[in-house]
Amino acid sequence: MTDKTNVRKRPRIRKKVVKAFYYTIVLLVSAFYLFPWVWLLLTSVKTPQQIVEVPPTWIPKPVMWSNYVSAVTAIRFFLYLRNTMIISVVNVIGTLISCSLVAYSLSHIDWPLREPLFAVILSTMMVPFQVTMIPLYIIFTKLGWVNTMYPLTVPAFFGSAFFIFLLRQFFLTIPRELTDAARLDGCSSFGIYWRIVMPLAKPALATLIAFTFIWTYNDFQGPLIYLIDSKLWTLALGLRGFANQYGDVTTFMGAMMAAATLYTLPMIILFFVAQRTLIQGIVTTGFR
Amino acid sequence: MALNRIKQGWSNRRARRRFVEGVLFASPWLIGFLAFTLYPTAASFYYSFTKYSMPLPPVWRGLENYIRLFTQDRYIPQILGNTFYLTLLGIPVQLVFALFCAILLNLNIRGQAIWRTIFVLPSLMPVVATTLLWIWILNPQFGIVNNILQSFGIRGPLWFASPQWSKPSIILMQMWGVGSTTIIYLAGLQGVPQELYESAELDGAGLWQKFLHVTLPMISPVTLFNLVTGVIWSLQYFTQAFIASEGLTSTAPGAPQGSLLFYGIYLYYQAFVYLRMGYAAALAWILFIITMIVTVIIMRGLRRWTYYEISGRG
Repeated sequence: MTDKTNVRKRPRIRKKVVKAFYYTIVLLVSAFYLFPWVWLLLTSVKTPQQIVEVPPTWIPKPVMWSNYVSAVTAIRFFLYLRNTMIISVVNVIGTLISCSLVAYSLSHIDWPLREPLFAVILSTMMVPFQVTMIPLYIIFTKLGWVNTMYPLTVPAFFGSAFFIFLLRQFFLTIPRELTDAARLDGCSSFGIYWRIVMPLAKPALATLIAFTFIWTYNDFQGPLIYLIDSKLWTLALGLRGFANQYGDVTTFMGAMMAAATLYTLPMIILFFVAQRTLIQGIVTTGFR
Repeated sequence: MALNRIKQGWSNRRARRRFVEGVLFASPWLIGFLAFTLYPTAASFYYSFTKYSMPLPPVWRGLENYIRLFTQDRYIPQILGNTFYLTLLGIPVQLVFALFCAILLNLNIRGQAIWRTIFVLPSLMPVVATTLLWIWILNPQFGIVNNILQSFGIRGPLWFASPQWSKPSIILMQMWGVGSTTIIYLAGLQGVPQELYESAELDGAGLWQKFLHVTLPMISPVTLFNLVTGVIWSLQYFTQAFIASEGLTSTAPGAPQGSLLFYGIYLYYQAFVYLRMGYAAALAWILFIITMIVTVIIMRGLRRWTYYEISGRG
């Protein structure tokens, strides 16, 4: 597991061989993880002729930057980007407000139904979303919300069990003495929530923001069910539309990979900006 | 008990105030629970006993949907076969590979942060984009994988276009996206006390024995967690296979030849393409029940496994 093996004073050379072996395996696995990205970028700047060449050329010549122009013109890329951003940002705001309010009620207000309520919230996590999907679709149809962004945004304002759980656990680590002292000084419950609990919970709130954004940005099935009119499509639907229209035509592969790159880019940036939050968040939430 | 506490509470003005505040702060979820969970769950249970062709109102049909599901629907065996293929083969492969990657990240070598970034990145990326990328990489004719195989004189398979290879292709793609499971395993590995390894070494344990008798038992709760979330995920599996089978010229669901017709995809087609809401609701409830049964089996089985390992060592 570790290089603690030198406890038994193994020869130096053997240790070096073991190290070299470790590096080789790590490099091989890294190649497996990195290669698709390399191939994505290479394909995205290839000419149609180069794309269908057998054996394939590795280095594109000339570099077809115009594939990126085709990518944003073949589909209404910026419209889809705007739609995706609207849905994602509204989801983040809604989830942030609703889940923190409910988690505050479950952690810092003493009221008799608080524990049973928490148990109910946890139990709702067991219900697969397919069970509620159909009646929700029927409700939204009756409200005239199908083919609008409302079904993908409004529910966020009513809390999600998963993040309520996450925030409640974090809020409980905020000492009660702190909030009790504020209450004695005449601070209202909302004041305590807003001025004490929320600022102290920044790490947990950052996790919520990052994962809500990623889930919504990457989501496919929700938009697939509710967004019919292509003017409302998100990038996930737009890229799928691209694939359905031109996927069989290998000459369009360059533009399609360019579009895939552009769709992925904001997530890559987010990943590097918020890497610590994300990795910590995966560990605490078990998000897959 | 709760009722008594409420009664006591009402006698006291401050307690009453706290109750009102508690309800007020929890009200977003209380409303959300009624509107987006409780009512829909009850409604879908009711719909599962009806014939509900969307614009027309539901008509009560008793157990008809369930009878059809268990006895008449010729797709069901194939769907269950495909889905359990993912659950029983795909998830173990994913977990073993994730643990392997986590062990690599836990080695005492340079550049751990960089390796970790490389390993995790794919798991957080938009699934539609990465799926299209893999379809292109595994393109039978022009894809890079088959061309590399060709240069070694191997004729590559048809991957997503072949009924035999479409599910292995999915598993390969999932191994690439296994990074978040790796991170959960890594945290588990880092939580194993060093003293255990040291005392195992004193007992003369080699690398493999340390792995078998220290690492595996110590991280078995992590394995249990990853297994349960993985299995639940595989039962609801949708997007990758939907995109992969749509990319083919055939318009039949779950192409090629239904080899990518998973439970979630079939349910989607029943509900939103054929608009058979009653039948889809029955499918959803059976999915719910399968999920619960499988989860309980894993919890029971693995708890026993964990227990024996620990007691056997002592």
